[in-house]
Amino acid sequence: MTYTFLQHYWCFIVSLLGALLVFLLFVQGANSIIFSLGKTNQERRLLINSTGRKWEFTFTTLVTFGGAFFASFPLFYSTSFGGAYWLWMLILFSFVLQAVSYEFQNKLGNFLGPKTFQCCLVLNGIVGPLLLGGAVATFFEGSNFIVEKSNLIDTGAITPIISRWANASHGLDALLNPWILVFGLAVLFLARTLGILYIRNNVNDANILTRSRYQLAGSATVFVVLFVTYLVHLLLKDGFAYNDSGTIFMEPNKYLNNAVDMWYLTLVLLIGVVLVLYGIMTDYLSDSRKGIWFAGIGTVLTVAPLLLLSAWNHTAYYPSTADLQSSLTLENSCSSYFTLNTMFWVSLLVPFVLAYIFYAWRKIDSKKIDQTEIAEDDHAY
Amino acid sequence: MTNLILNIDPGTIDWSRAQFALTAIYHWLFVPLTLGLAVIMGIAETIYYKKRTDFWKKTTQFWQRLFGVNFAMGVATGIILEFEFGTNWSNYSWFVGDIFGAPLAIEGIVAFFMESTFVAVMFFGWKKVSAGFHLASTWLTGLGATISAWWILVANAWMQYPVGCTFNPDTMRNEMTSFMEVALSPFAIDKFCHTVISSWIIGAVFVIAVSCWYLLKRRHVCMAVQSIRIAVIVGLTAALGAAVTGHKSGQTVAQVQPMKLAAMEALYNGGNEMDLTMIAWINPFEQPNYTKEEEPPMKLALPYGLSMMATNTLDGYVPGINNLLNGYIKADGTVEPSADEKIARGRLAIQALSDYRKAKAEGADEETTTAYLSTLNENYQYFGYGYVMDKRDLVPSIPINFWAFRTMVGLGCLFILFFGLVIILIFDIPFVSLLFRRLLSAIGLLPETASDRTTAAEAMPRWLCWSAIIMVPLAYIASESGWLLAEFGRQPWTIQDMLPTWVAVSELQSSSVMITFFLFLILFTTMLAVEISILLKQIKKGPEL
Repeated sequence: MTYTFLQHYWCFIVSLLGALLVFLLFVQGANSIIFSLGKTNQERRLLINSTGRKWEFTFTTLVTFGGAFFASFPLFYSTSFGGAYWLWMLILFSFVLQAVSYEFQNKLGNFLGPKTFQCCLVLNGIVGPLLLGGAVATFFEGSNFIVEKSNLIDTGAITPIISRWANASHGLDALLNPWILVFGLAVLFLARTLGILYIRNNVNDANILTRSRYQLAGSATVFVVLFVTYLVHLLLKDGFAYNDSGTIFMEPNKYLNNAVDMWYLTLVLLIGVVLVLYGIMTDYLSDSRKGIWFAGIGTVLTVAPLLLLSAWNHTAYYPSTADLQSSLTLENSCSSYFTLNTMFWVSLLVPFVLAYIFYAWRKIDSKKIDQTEIAEDDHAY
Repeated sequence: MTNLILNIDPGTIDWSRAQFALTAIYHWLFVPLTLGLAVIMGIAETIYYKKRTDFWKKTTQFWQRLFGVNFAMGVATGIILEFEFGTNWSNYSWFVGDIFGAPLAIEGIVAFFMESTFVAVMFFGWKKVSAGFHLASTWLTGLGATISAWWILVANAWMQYPVGCTFNPDTMRNEMTSFMEVALSPFAIDKFCHTVISSWIIGAVFVIAVSCWYLLKRRHVCMAVQSIRIAVIVGLTAALGAAVTGHKSGQTVAQVQPMKLAAMEALYNGGNEMDLTMIAWINPFEQPNYTKEEEPPMKLALPYGLSMMATNTLDGYVPGINNLLNGYIKADGTVEPSADEKIARGRLAIQALSDYRKAKAEGADEETTTAYLSTLNENYQYFGYGYVMDKRDLVPSIPINFWAFRTMVGLGCLFILFFGLVIILIFDIPFVSLLFRRLLSAIGLLPETASDRTTAAEAMPRWLCWSAIIMVPLAYIASESGWLLAEFGRQPWTIQDMLPTWVAVSELQSSSVMITFFLFLILFTTMLAVEISILLKQIKKGPEL
């Protein structure tokens, strides 16, 4: 295996984890609408118990996504997390709140009351996908940072810190870019759409099923409009490219060129988009409740190639708008050959992990959740 | 070099350290109980699987319910720690990310998914999967948590004892050269064994305390007795195991972190045939004047104990703080340089690296760059010392290390006595149990009616039940003390001898980190209060037998 292959391979693994994370944000999406989808306490409890059996997968995928990024592209970890401090801290705070909200809300002794933790779930349901989407959009739109590795030993340097943010907002400036907001909102409404499809598949309750169909139409429409808008913008905008010597430059229509050069990624992306739309339409227009499977697979097939379009084909995947040459590429930010190669063998465990997750998931979901089950379950949230 | 150091806001370093310490201490309130309870509820469910009685099913479910409340907090507080390496220690993330990132990624892929998948089956699968599959899920949840601990402790051990890597001057970072050396370093193995085994103590103490509360209230007596029987076996095994692994850890520390050993012993001037300090007066709020004092006042010591602990011989040489600062001759005859010499050589390494990069950028010939590289390699082992301005910064806090060590060891000994007594009283060990009951009865610690015992519940006197409840906070204090020793003892290093804390941080305003520190403090404290309230209510409600 060559170094270049391993760099691209690990980019693929991280993109796949990112795509799985976006799919699993259906937990957040459903949580963001528990008050409009569930009109009574019992209905809300049913919804929360439905997503409550999956939240760990989302959480674990987020942690693994972070760990894989750290191991394979440590300069990104160092630059983005250390620089966009507030953006990541807000994301993390919202996920911390979510993690305890399920277990605590309906337990005796919760002196804050169930509503407090339900509001925390809604908060995470909105903030999580919106800001994670925003963070992903910076892969195309750029961020305000400077990297200089020699700072560590340069007595004339302003600071010994290798990566630094070029303004004092530490990541919040990203939210002032309208295109980052458009993409963040697209991810939020995709999460909601997936959340509704998941609830329809997982819950047996006539009222919720009826209500969810109307909500599906609204969320899906907003998502499609935002996503298509951003996709058009992406294909028309200039992109961050680099040559064989590592010099970074702006290339007109870079992402459109990438889509043409890497037609196989475009093909997978289009198949993904079709599957997402089919999943939505099949649930909306018929009595089928299997839309989540099509839309879920479609989401993974859409997001993974989209992330790869930002990094493969001599593209700077974490561009700097403050100093073009500080932009991060697969070559200048990755781990050593030894580490990538070692981790390659570890990554072969991923299919095995996915297989037992799928098996356990099927076992748990063999019977749809209803209010009787919640009432009888000692551990129900 | 002065400019480099002064241009970092000292507040950022302190608040970043405080934030990491805060989040790590909170996280460690929940992890050991998860690890310990996982073993005990696994054993309880195994008995259920064998006997298939409703009693054992309900007993298992009761402990799993408490496990669930605690588990959620462990997950919530854990995510912060992983990302804090990036958010607050960005230089660190690049400088050693090539080595440090791998254990974190493997933890996610191998352990977290196992834990999160099977914990869902454990909680919601009682009526959906077979008894065998459920039992496997319970054990796999515990196994996942333990494997997760393995990789985290591998990462932490590497910070204490960086092995299996080399510095690459072109990429300006350390790169892994041997995965096995990192994953199976002696420090990692000691750390894993000691940390995980001592976590079982917390699980055991917790279960015994809750069960004793039921005995005091005369509720769920049968479940309480059976649970104590499981927990006390786990607890005594763990307490003895922690003593053995602790001793081994001490020897490893003596070899690779002698300054930590000197600080935790308040050993100012070393030598041969050194005594192990049992107790001495060290002001908890002030760093002692180790350059002027011979030894701490009111010292009570075990003769030859420290030499034995550190070198396995009665007359082994153990360096003190002043020896480590001024240099000394090691047992093998080699000279350990003084701190001043290490600082000078560290600066030489940094300068050589700077010259190498400059020469390479200017297209200098190979002979020139090789000469710089040669200087760098000769002095790289002291690279981190080049950032040290004052050699006194190399001495960690003596009071914190001294008292943390004694708190951990003292409480560890107390747990052995506690578990030993409980095991004698709760089990009817021929001759021994009767002898102890009569002895306790003779000195008034056991009612006369219980001296010849009728039931296991009666054999547990009320004072012992109350002692068990008091043991819960003590177990946490012991566990956290262990971590204080491990982390404060490494100061000022983020990575031992390689990267001091003030060069590892992110460039942030101290006010930003201060705000997030207080946000975490408020958030985690509130969550902890809710968790304790829920746990107390769940315990009061009891199992649905």
